[in-house]
Amino acid sequence: MTVFADQLLVLVMLINLVMLGSSRLIFSIRAVAVQGVILGILPGLIHPFSYHLAGITIGIILAKGVIIPYLISNAVRKAHIRREVEPFLGYVPTLLLGAVFTALAFVFAEKLPLAPEHRDLLFVPASIATLLIGFLLLTTRRKAISQVIGYLVMENGIFVFGLLLTEAMPVMVEAGALLDLLVGIFVMGIVINHISQEFSSIDTSRLRTLKEE
Amino acid sequence: MLFALILLPLAGAIVAWMVPDNRLRPLILPVIASSHLLTTALLLINTPPPSAGGWIWLDPLGKIVLLCISLLFTVCAFYAVGYLAYRQERPNRILCMGLLACLSAMGLVTITQHLGLLWVALETTTVCMAPLIYFNQNARSIEATWKYLLICSVGIGLALLGLLFLAYSTYVAHRDATLLLGTLMASARELNPGWLHAAAIFLLVGYGSKMGLAPLHAWKPDAYGEAPGLVGALLAGGLVNCAFLAILRVYQICLASGIEIQFFQKALIGMGLISMAFAAVFMARQADFKRMLAYSSVEHVGILAIGLGLGKGALYGALFHLLNNGLTKGVLFLSSGNIHRSYSNKTTGVVKGALTRLPWSGGLFLAGFIAITGSPPFSPFISEYTIVSSAFIEGHYLVVGLFLLFLIIVFIGMALTVLPMVMGAPPLDIEPTAYRDRLLTVGPPLFMIGVILLLGIWPPAFLVTLLSDGAAMLGGQP
Repeated sequence: MTVFADQLLVLVMLINLVMLGSSRLIFSIRAVAVQGVILGILPGLIHPFSYHLAGITIGIILAKGVIIPYLISNAVRKAHIRREVEPFLGYVPTLLLGAVFTALAFVFAEKLPLAPEHRDLLFVPASIATLLIGFLLLTTRRKAISQVIGYLVMENGIFVFGLLLTEAMPVMVEAGALLDLLVGIFVMGIVINHISQEFSSIDTSRLRTLKEE
Repeated sequence: MLFALILLPLAGAIVAWMVPDNRLRPLILPVIASSHLLTTALLLINTPPPSAGGWIWLDPLGKIVLLCISLLFTVCAFYAVGYLAYRQERPNRILCMGLLACLSAMGLVTITQHLGLLWVALETTTVCMAPLIYFNQNARSIEATWKYLLICSVGIGLALLGLLFLAYSTYVAHRDATLLLGTLMASARELNPGWLHAAAIFLLVGYGSKMGLAPLHAWKPDAYGEAPGLVGALLAGGLVNCAFLAILRVYQICLASGIEIQFFQKALIGMGLISMAFAAVFMARQADFKRMLAYSSVEHVGILAIGLGLGKGALYGALFHLLNNGLTKGVLFLSSGNIHRSYSNKTTGVVKGALTRLPWSGGLFLAGFIAITGSPPFSPFISEYTIVSSAFIEGHYLVVGLFLLFLIIVFIGMALTVLPMVMGAPPLDIEPTAYRDRLLTVGPPLFMIGVILLLGIWPPAFLVTLLSDGAAMLGGQP
């Protein structure tokens, strides 16, 4: 089972890179959704079955695989845009940076001693790589929706690590974290809607009135 | 009783949602806030023991933050009635609901001993505050809301990763992951140092960005500048203190581990000094007086971090400063909100002679300025003095030298902005506005400046005991 888990984690890292190279927003949203579904499947592979685990699997798949992608695609539809144009840093440089970040994540993961039963798994490098690439998306993209997608990728990276601890975490905290994420994305969707009405665009580089003179 | 702190505001939020009338709705705020303050007072007198699982316990640190939040919120709630009377053109349903939901989440932050639950509550405050910053619904406020939401969400996400690292360090140590503060502190010495170190860094960065420590403060001037005065007061005195409480919890664990605390203290002092330096640079020649208050907030979270980083006797000062800063920021933001309403402008180029045009609000703003820059007889002087004197005793001459230097620069910079604002004659060509100083918009900040004055001259005995108990929990000498 752990081999299968590792393969899924490699898939998560590949999706990161695919997202860095893509300019179509709907495609990126679907990619994040696939990542979310993988996140939901993973805990079942490394922990023995329990109702707690089944609940988490359903919760993650519902929130990250269905509801959040739905909320963001809604925002995309209302704002009438399809593509990311002219990111602050081009697609090829960000892809290269993404590859470097992934390599660095493996180096960093070596430094942290995992518990013996997790030693062969790729959870830590996959988590750090996804986190860093989420950051990269967040900082280099211009459209508000791309930035939300970057935030989601980052959040997925954090969840990847959290999956090691699903057994040990109280349900209340996990549910609270997921719910907060959902509400946060919901509010961001509303704000994006207002940005597009106010500026007739969701280009965040237009948000530059507030600064020091 | 403890759960009333959470359920009461939630019930209020539901009532606010149901009340259809824009004029009546704000009245819910003072009702709920007063009962919240009463509950807080009863809890401070008669504290219930920790809950069976150890999840819920109002310890002295939580009490200090709860007292500050409850007092500040009550004052802001009364002010809100007066303020919203001038803003009848805007629907205030979301504002009232957001304020109450945020109060509920802040209450949960103070009473929980489970770091995961604390994180959930803190993230809830972030989300609740976002629509409130957007109250004015214009291009500038949406920009501020977007920056605030994105930066704080990312920051708090990093804190979550830090928490997971912390839980994993306990898993490596004894096969049983936990985030309960008591258990973590009891087993802190066995935790794996590598994981603990990584956890401390992520938690400091995450909660630090929520608190607005430089260089993670980028959202602060925008959000404070564009939010209505009473929201600014709650951001600067409520949310900042909640995030600081989260950092205090991490501090407790680092302290119990014995090794990690040295790094953590150094990092706090470093970030604190950088915050004060940033504030000192940007405070001078600031054209927007609400943004100036934001930099003042950056300065004061710096002071809090330095006080915590110095440890020992400075801890008492840091905890006292938490209370003083929160309340003084309340005075400043509420009176600046009045000045903003009256001139319908918040740039220092237009706002002049506030003492003549608005004797009460202008006077309060001036008094707030004198208090926040650490002049006697107000209480921020006492807390800053405690930190400085303790630093001298412990021999941190470089830190204390820079600390005093930045304080002086900030004082001069702030005076250059504030004095022309309140002194002189108001310009003749400004449009008249409907705003006049009334009891409900002037009384609340006036009450608060009275409290600060009282704390500065004669701090009540129960508060001194509470602060000493809190400092003792952080390893300060009694």
